[in-house]
Amino acid sequence: MSIRQLSVFVQNEAGKLQEITDCLYASNIDIRALSVAETQDFGIFRLIVDDIDKAVSALQEEGHIVKITDVIGCKLEDRPGGLARIVKVISAIGVNMEYMYAFLTKSDSAYLVIRVEDNDAVEAALRARDIPLLEESDVTAL
Amino acid sequence: MEEKRYYQKEIETMPLEEIRRVQSEKIVKQVRNVYDNVKYYRDLMDEKGVKPEDIKGIEDIHKLPFVSKSDLREAYPFGMLARPLSECVRIHSTSGTTGKRVVAYYTQHDIDLWDECCARAIVAAGGSKDDVCQISYGFGLFTGGAGLNGGSHKVGCLTLPMSSGNTDRQMQFIMDMGATILCCTPSYAAYLGESLAENGYGPEDIPLKAGIFGAEPWTEEMRQSIQNTLGIKAYDIYGLTELSGPGVSYECEEQRGMHINEDHFYAEIINPDTGEPLPEGEIGELVFTSLDKEAFPLLRYRTRDLCRLTREKCSCGRTHVRMSKPLGRSDDMMIIRGVNVFPSQIEAVLLNEGYTPNYQIIVDRVNNTDTFDINVELTPDQFSDRVKDIADMEKKLVGAMRSMLGIGPKVHLLPPKSVVRSEGKAVRVIDKRKLHD
Ligand SMILES: [Zn+2]
Repeated sequence: MSIRQLSVFVQNEAGKLQEITDCLYASNIDIRALSVAETQDFGIFRLIVDDIDKAVSALQEEGHIVKITDVIGCKLEDRPGGLARIVKVISAIGVNMEYMYAFLTKSDSAYLVIRVEDNDAVEAALRARDIPLLEESDVTAL
Repeated sequence: MEEKRYYQKEIETMPLEEIRRVQSEKIVKQVRNVYDNVKYYRDLMDEKGVKPEDIKGIEDIHKLPFVSKSDLREAYPFGMLARPLSECVRIHSTSGTTGKRVVAYYTQHDIDLWDECCARAIVAAGGSKDDVCQISYGFGLFTGGAGLNGGSHKVGCLTLPMSSGNTDRQMQFIMDMGATILCCTPSYAAYLGESLAENGYGPEDIPLKAGIFGAEPWTEEMRQSIQNTLGIKAYDIYGLTELSGPGVSYECEEQRGMHINEDHFYAEIINPDTGEPLPEGEIGELVFTSLDKEAFPLLRYRTRDLCRLTREKCSCGRTHVRMSKPLGRSDDMMIIRGVNVFPSQIEAVLLNEGYTPNYQIIVDRVNNTDTFDINVELTPDQFSDRVKDIADMEKKLVGAMRSMLGIGPKVHLLPPKSVVRSEGKAVRVIDKRKLHD
């Protein structure tokens, strides 16, 4: 049920993000969501894209280090407390959230990307609360 | 049992007494030669009160004065020349990064002698006329390319004079020509191995069977990693431009120390502080005398390389003394916050911890304290999407460095190819303190 996230390792230097986005643009890849984690030395770009396999080969071709991780994507209800509800469901089952980020689609729906250790447990818990989960095919179609 | 192969069996397996006899004969002539023909040496010997007739055999060598790189610089360009320029056929030169360059001169006899030394190294690495020998050392003033090229010709290998750089072409020639022996710097061999792997060639696809690598320090761990990626046996070779170039000593199939070509180069180990000769097996500074070079003979030349010698019997049958890989060069040693640090130690830790040997050490001084940073490239397998994982790896590496060096560097893990890399010699150390002094 999970979706695949692409991570790219870059040196923390001006222009590095643009190198990545230029590379993806040149390969006609659409970025659905992006989050950046950085330290003084390096940055990790985490991306949800419409065609991850194509994105991986385009980036590797340019010598970038990439990694694919299974993450959970779920719909964020458009009302106060929507995010709090999801966080509560996950902490209730005692699973640690590594990181998360949100994105909007053209249809103005908001989605949340969540990175946890135990995808199955979190998916089951979210499904039990009728929180809609994203599939890989949804990401391509968004 | 497979028959042992040598380039010059009689010389390479000569009993010690015989080696000493040859050396004695040559040193007597050589001392007379430099005294008569090189004013610089005559002055040094007169100053020490030594006359050519005091040297009756190799056992008298300790009576002679030492020479060092600073003598060569002082005598630049022609002060050490023992033959008229009209008899010389070539020069080579050091890169001169640390001051005036050293220029060495060769007569045809000197070139032949050097080529022969390299031929012995190639045969010791399993080479014969059936081999295809790819020379990826730089050609030009640098001795690497010319030396191994000459040796390869003597052995009768099909020789590919590639020079360094242009990695795509290097890979193409290895694969298309079926190169079986690769000669280059160890850091370039590691880089070629990585590039071949990136192009989908594993050790079983690569026709190479042996590599002869030298001109920069490398570790046992680096040897293992090169051997695995290229599917070869990697042999060390040693030499200095001042003495001729690569081939002063070389490894045999034992891969345990390099046999010194003692019929041409006499080696001593001395205490670097006092100049006193040290007994066999002790670590000290390596000193060489070129016994029969004509144009640019050096007597008791201090190499600044620290190593040890052994006369233990070698299973390859060669009788010439073996030198250990230099443990460091007094020039390479860094003193950081009062601690002696060699780049070779840092490399050993990296390979032990599963990193590539692509690193750069940056030393600086800020507010009167030394800063010590190491940039290291991460491999795709090591990458994680979580910052914490990478921070933990950095922490673990700092710990391993501290226990090896006694001092903790700041480690920076970086993407591949972000550490500046030249295709010839690797720039391992940037010591910015020297800029401020
Ligand atoms: Zn041997």
